[in-house]
Amino acid sequence: MNEIIFTVGLIALQSVALLVALLIVTAFLLYADRKIWAAVQMRRGPNVVGPWGLFQSFADLLKFVFKEVIIPDGANKGVFIIAPLVTALLSLAAWAVIPLDEGWAIADLNVGILYLLAISSLGVYGVIMGGWASNSKYPFLSALRAAAQMVSYEVSIGFVIITVLLCVGSLNLTDIVKSQETGLATAIGLPWLAFLNWYWLPLLPMFVIFFVSALAETNRPPFDLGEAESELVAGFMVEYSSTPYLLFMLGEYIAIIMMCAMTTILFLGGWLPPIDIWPLNLVPGVIWFLAKLCLVFFMFAMVKAIVPRYRYDQLMRLGWKVFLPISLFWVALTAGVLVTFGWLP
Amino acid sequence: MTVASLFFYLFSVVACASAVMVISSRNPVHSVLFLILTFFNAAGLFILAGAEFLALILVVVYVGAVAVLFLFVVMMLDVDFTELRRGMLSYLPIGGAIGVILLVELILVLGSWHFSSGAGAVSEPILAGSKITNTEALGLILYTKNFFYFQVAGLVLLVAMIGAIVLTLRHKPGVKRQNIADQVARNPATAIEVRQVKPGQGI
Repeated sequence: MNEIIFTVGLIALQSVALLVALLIVTAFLLYADRKIWAAVQMRRGPNVVGPWGLFQSFADLLKFVFKEVIIPDGANKGVFIIAPLVTALLSLAAWAVIPLDEGWAIADLNVGILYLLAISSLGVYGVIMGGWASNSKYPFLSALRAAAQMVSYEVSIGFVIITVLLCVGSLNLTDIVKSQETGLATAIGLPWLAFLNWYWLPLLPMFVIFFVSALAETNRPPFDLGEAESELVAGFMVEYSSTPYLLFMLGEYIAIIMMCAMTTILFLGGWLPPIDIWPLNLVPGVIWFLAKLCLVFFMFAMVKAIVPRYRYDQLMRLGWKVFLPISLFWVALTAGVLVTFGWLP
Repeated sequence: MTVASLFFYLFSVVACASAVMVISSRNPVHSVLFLILTFFNAAGLFILAGAEFLALILVVVYVGAVAVLFLFVVMMLDVDFTELRRGMLSYLPIGGAIGVILLVELILVLGSWHFSSGAGAVSEPILAGSKITNTEALGLILYTKNFFYFQVAGLVLLVAMIGAIVLTLRHKPGVKRQNIADQVARNPATAIEVRQVKPGQGI
């Protein structure tokens, strides 16, 4: 009995530590997102709270928490309150299986990548429930749009994941990173060029498709049709204020960071150092993981700043008529190559 | 009581309660949401039984895709509740009779159900000591041993999909469509016309 309490307590402690670290990282990445966006548009961005505006996110947090929660009269109250909770909870739950370093995952599931896919496919419920429960036309339209979009892009994300799994031979996230220890660089006899080992190079088209689909899956510009402010005011979040709005916002950003982490694990070698030589391979893996995560997030932020919003039919065309056939073809091609050359793991 | 049995009772109680709510709640959207909760708890039960692949596939396919489409349809329906409840009493005998018949059938089937003597030889449980994972075992059975049936099932689904598309596809005349290739092939020479406009005249 004591052992059970000890194990459960340890897991709880680890989870709390991960959550606190995650929320702090999220606060600063949110700040970075706004700063990058501002820099592209030659503005200054947040620069008042703290040195260089570093504490802007914390000021925003306090502002949201202390405002009044307004629930519209015609809203379906239970669902209205649950929707932001679902969004925030699901995006936090996904982090349980992410290995930040070797053995640093809270739950090292055998089917880790499937768990991530499942959790990210559930993210649509927060949007759809919030939009419906608001009982207002803009949120409802937005919920329909966002739901169709997220379901569409999940398909190509699924195929990208299958391609990587074919090369790895396991659904475990730690195994996926470990299988990137050897690859192209070791094959050409230059093992110190470790970044050539990672899957971004042999599966380059899949890497691009995954990145774009991740943007669409998280309702991130240029695919933020769900909250297109020029047409739908703020989409499913129109009726939300104060803490529920904060939870939506938080859930969305944590889902984005989760997608960055997933890109890092699937294509950029997780915690492995990019160049395997003396001073660099002493750096702890978690530092490399965070550095790669920040790099991918920088790309997300630049896309938001540079690319104009898609039209809805263009978005659907891209998902179903471009990404789906290409990823399907690439799954068959990868499987064929692996079988032909006997490289199956 | 171990942690596993605690979770078993938690999942099963919530699953049963939300299954009851699916048929008893007034609002159809709430019904679908409770259905999702039921799926979710069933997935939890699968995990407790050691079938983690099935559990996650249940979540991905049913909760993540099928139930979303359900919710879509139900949300779009304009349901008038008083209208629905008006015919309640006249339909109650028929509905009740069908329910009782189904219940009796289920009891009869379950009461007389037993494993045939050869069943033990056919089933292949994963032994506790073996290294093979759940996912691998399913893959071996599905793609290696029963490959033909798998292909036939895929073919049936393909036919169903083509049928659905054929039934719903309509070519409306007069719909403007954008040809992406034409759009991308435009250049300044074909897209822009430069005009010299005299002041105060307009075009």
